[in-house]
Amino acid sequence: MKPSGVSFLLRLLLIAAFLAAWEGIVRLFGIPLFILPAPSSIFVALYRGITSWLYLDHIWITLSETLLGFALGSVFAFALGVAVALSRRTEYFLYPFIVMFQAMPKVALAPLIIIWFGLGLVSKVVSAALVAFFPLMVNTIVGLRSADEDRINLMRSLAATRGQIFWMLQFPNALPYVFAGLEIAMIFALIGAIVAEFVGAQSGLGMLMQSMNFTMDVAGQFSVLLILSLLGLLLNTLVSEVRRRVLFWDPSQKLGAGAPTKRGGLS
Amino acid sequence: MIAVRGLSQRYGGGPDAIVALQDIDFTVAEGEFISIVGPSGCGKSTLLKILAGLLPASDGEARLNGTPIDGPRKDIGMVFQSPVLFPWRSVLGNVLLPADVQRLGRETMTQRALDLLSLVGLTGFEHRYPWELSGGMQQRVALVRALIHDPALLLMDEPFGALDALTRETMNVELQRIWLERRKTVLFVTHSTTEAVFLADRVLVMTARPGRIGDMFDVRLPRPRNLDVMTTEAFGVHTRRIRAVLSGGGGIE
Repeated sequence: MKPSGVSFLLRLLLIAAFLAAWEGIVRLFGIPLFILPAPSSIFVALYRGITSWLYLDHIWITLSETLLGFALGSVFAFALGVAVALSRRTEYFLYPFIVMFQAMPKVALAPLIIIWFGLGLVSKVVSAALVAFFPLMVNTIVGLRSADEDRINLMRSLAATRGQIFWMLQFPNALPYVFAGLEIAMIFALIGAIVAEFVGAQSGLGMLMQSMNFTMDVAGQFSVLLILSLLGLLLNTLVSEVRRRVLFWDPSQKLGAGAPTKRGGLS
Repeated sequence: MIAVRGLSQRYGGGPDAIVALQDIDFTVAEGEFISIVGPSGCGKSTLLKILAGLLPASDGEARLNGTPIDGPRKDIGMVFQSPVLFPWRSVLGNVLLPADVQRLGRETMTQRALDLLSLVGLTGFEHRYPWELSGGMQQRVALVRALIHDPALLLMDEPFGALDALTRETMNVELQRIWLERRKTVLFVTHSTTEAVFLADRVLVMTARPGRIGDMFDVRLPRPRNLDVMTTEAFGVHTRRIRAVLSGGGGIE
């Protein structure tokens, strides 16, 4: 569907109607604040949290944990993905570990990670990195192996070295997969950081929610949830924006809404 | 220039082995245009892979300028059925791929690339990307890429097989023109009898299972040939001869 002015207006109207219905039901039935707060109380909590600078510190903490974990996990995931994709022997020996690790819910490791790395930043970064690791590694492997046989033959027929085949063909060819993996990894890193904060932390949005839960500040929790959604959206947009610029040549990019501008089409 | 002697290719071993090529013998002179025509599964692509050094032969040998072909070499250019362009490289970037791989230096090669692109009528397209070009244009880029490092031998594996009939005829005329200008030694695999005769100095007809050379003959039609030559009697004699071999010596069915 093509977004027009009218349908955009309808969309806003629908959101407004939803919030109004929510507000109305909460007030009409007198639902207590600690069960389900009305949108108005959530916005009040949000306003208070932001203006008192309380939220900003926690946002900053969670954001840095997520980004550091994302970077750490991505570097390892890419390196291991390359090692596995390029060498059947490496794959053979690492396979049991990979399968075990893949089957395990990584968030279940969070309590252990807190014991090993403490209540500070490091444990959150490690947790975020662990959760972010897998989707990117798998995508890197698939991407590197997806190089078309004719393209490999072309490179070989030119007497290309293995390194040249990797850098000139396999690596750029894998980039669409790598970026798809990075997008997932970014969101997963946020999950990993929040879970670790739940288990044990001195600051961060996860810890903030946990402490609000103890004080039955449900409106506050909702406001933090809202911030987390926006944070996730922001991080996702960040990666897809980079992807759009790097992968201007990828045909699958053009299927999406944000088609890159072509310089004066041909045909 | 090329000498192929007793070349055989088997896949698998023992009694179940599939014989793709059996006792292939032929020579090619410098600057000659050879068409290799045959049905699917006659091993013509296998033969090209061996000559490109991508596949070691089971038996026999192939020599290029006196040295045995035992691996990929830098003096061979290849064109495949699909253009095999890299979408992340511009037209110029794609054309310069062999130069990058063989470290020939971009500065000197860029001028050569632009000259070759103008030879195939793609001047002004050097900064476009493959998806912006039609199928025929993409295949021209692939041809220029195969010529950029000035190879001694050009191997073409059904290069126009995926194009529509009209584009294909245009490309045949173009290829002849380019060949007349550059005089490379060309081995051109196709399963079109008309394309084979139109382009070749000599046609090599292969039969399937096992892949052997069924016939080999010269095409002495004057060059440059235009598309009208395809309807002449002299041309028909050649295409009929190919069909006769392919249908087992019994003439046209």
